[in-house]
Amino acid sequence: MQIQTGLEAGVEGALLKADVRELDFYYGAFHALKRVSMPIYDHKVTALIGPSGCGKSTLLRCFNRMHDLYPGNRYAGGGIVLFPDDTNLLAPGVDPIEVRMRISMVFQKPNPFPKSIYENVAYSLRVRGMSNKNELDDRVESALKGAALWNEVSNRLKELGANLSGGQQQRLCIARALASDPEIILFDEPTSALDPIATASIEELITELKEKVTILIVTHNMQQAARISDYTGYMYLGEMVEFGVTDQIFIKPQKKATEDYITGRFG
Amino acid sequence: MLKAADLEAIRAIIARAKRWDLFFSLLGILSLMVGVLTFTVLFVDMAIQGVPRLSLDFFTSFPSRRAENAGILSAWVGTVLVMMVTALSAVPLGVAAGVYLEEYAPKNWMTDIIEINISNLAGIPSIVYGLLALGLFVYYFGFGQSILSAGLTLALLILPVIIVATREAIRAIPQSIHEGSYACGATTWQTVSDHILPYSSAGILTGVIIGMARAIGETAPIITIGALTFIAFLPTAPFAGDPPAGLFEWIFAPFTVMPIQMFNWTSRPEAAFTVNAAAAGFVLVFMTLAMNGLAIYVRYRLRKNIKW
Repeated sequence: MQIQTGLEAGVEGALLKADVRELDFYYGAFHALKRVSMPIYDHKVTALIGPSGCGKSTLLRCFNRMHDLYPGNRYAGGGIVLFPDDTNLLAPGVDPIEVRMRISMVFQKPNPFPKSIYENVAYSLRVRGMSNKNELDDRVESALKGAALWNEVSNRLKELGANLSGGQQQRLCIARALASDPEIILFDEPTSALDPIATASIEELITELKEKVTILIVTHNMQQAARISDYTGYMYLGEMVEFGVTDQIFIKPQKKATEDYITGRFG
Repeated sequence: MLKAADLEAIRAIIARAKRWDLFFSLLGILSLMVGVLTFTVLFVDMAIQGVPRLSLDFFTSFPSRRAENAGILSAWVGTVLVMMVTALSAVPLGVAAGVYLEEYAPKNWMTDIIEINISNLAGIPSIVYGLLALGLFVYYFGFGQSILSAGLTLALLILPVIIVATREAIRAIPQSIHEGSYACGATTWQTVSDHILPYSSAGILTGVIIGMARAIGETAPIITIGALTFIAFLPTAPFAGDPPAGLFEWIFAPFTVMPIQMFNWTSRPEAAFTVNAAAAGFVLVFMTLAMNGLAIYVRYRLRKNIKW
């Protein structure tokens, strides 16, 4: 379904992959997301920016129902519709595990399992019941290639994931997220625990990955959002203040609040 | 500008403050010694008395009215068999309960009450477990004064230790690993069996062995359920009888255990039996220390491959 809003300016033929519709979310009594709406375009990088506590990570973690793991969290209205099948990810009848099989995630701090490099990547295939050795080998290899890690680890697949450097560990986690061939990958501040060189390699990887998959990234680094994203949403106090094409958000924001944040007058 | 006098003053303050460091470290060493030295003195005293008595005969003889002929065969065999029943029943129950509480149980007041009570269970005097077991296992279930009753009683006794150790070992796994597994699309059971149990096994095993080390020395509940103090025969060897019923004949056999044998000997008037008791005590302490040593080794081995 082609979208024809003003948002399209400068980005041709973007298809809608998911649509956040008037989403309300509560941590216990705390109203963390207030009627948030935003589109996620297919094979594009969408960035969420905003000061700490604005709800950007909370919104990201709605996409794979991570909030379901903890008591007291509540989706209180609206939803996230995934296309092309028009499924509301937050509908009560939808199994969070099914959602996580379609949408994978890379965390803030690299979190490889204390298993071998191979088993780390293979895990997201094993939970899907894949056990054929050749098939696993192929998928692990292509995921590691996709995450630009294959050349560094091809001869040490049996070593522990934790023996890799921080940047390599994060690419290992990206390979794990990529192996299952997801529709969307969520990145939750993926470079905040990394040095500048590792950060650059991850950013480069993310821009390459959008060939294969739709990307939603939370970042507290505005330059990073400007460098790698096609669309940007600015959030503040649980609300989506402004959403648009990244260039427009950074060069000509429509709202004063966005401009204040972008220019560093606030936040 | 810093003046020489100021520097002097600062040094004086540091020196004064450091006196407390010295004071506390002395106090700490003293406190430590109270525990360590007492145990060492007891153990060495027991070893001096008992070790000369140790011989192959001591391990392969039944108790006897003549001190020099008496041995601990029925006692150590009884202890080993009771411990087997304890481990086989307490470990699956304790680990399952711990995993359930950490991973599955809804967080509500019911769970809170259960959690508080599990910690309390660990503090209940062991004789109370003995009374419970006498009524429940010995009479109600009709297990009699058997290895099975004793093993299950000790299992109840160490269950809270294993549950608490399991929960602590699980909590030591970072939240990020947990979330990483779920984010891959794993179910709770997949997360438990592929991640939680393997990564917490070192901690769980340590808890199990520490619990077993406690159980091995328990006397009161075993006496309560009616362990005999004089046994001059062995139960059928485990799993050796005619299948299927014969395989489990041993668990219904009467038995005695090391601490009871010791207790029996210390209550005899002849000095020679006191030497026997010291020798048996040495063996018991050695068994306990060996189990703790095993716990340390196992933890070291399993943790080597786990880095977050």
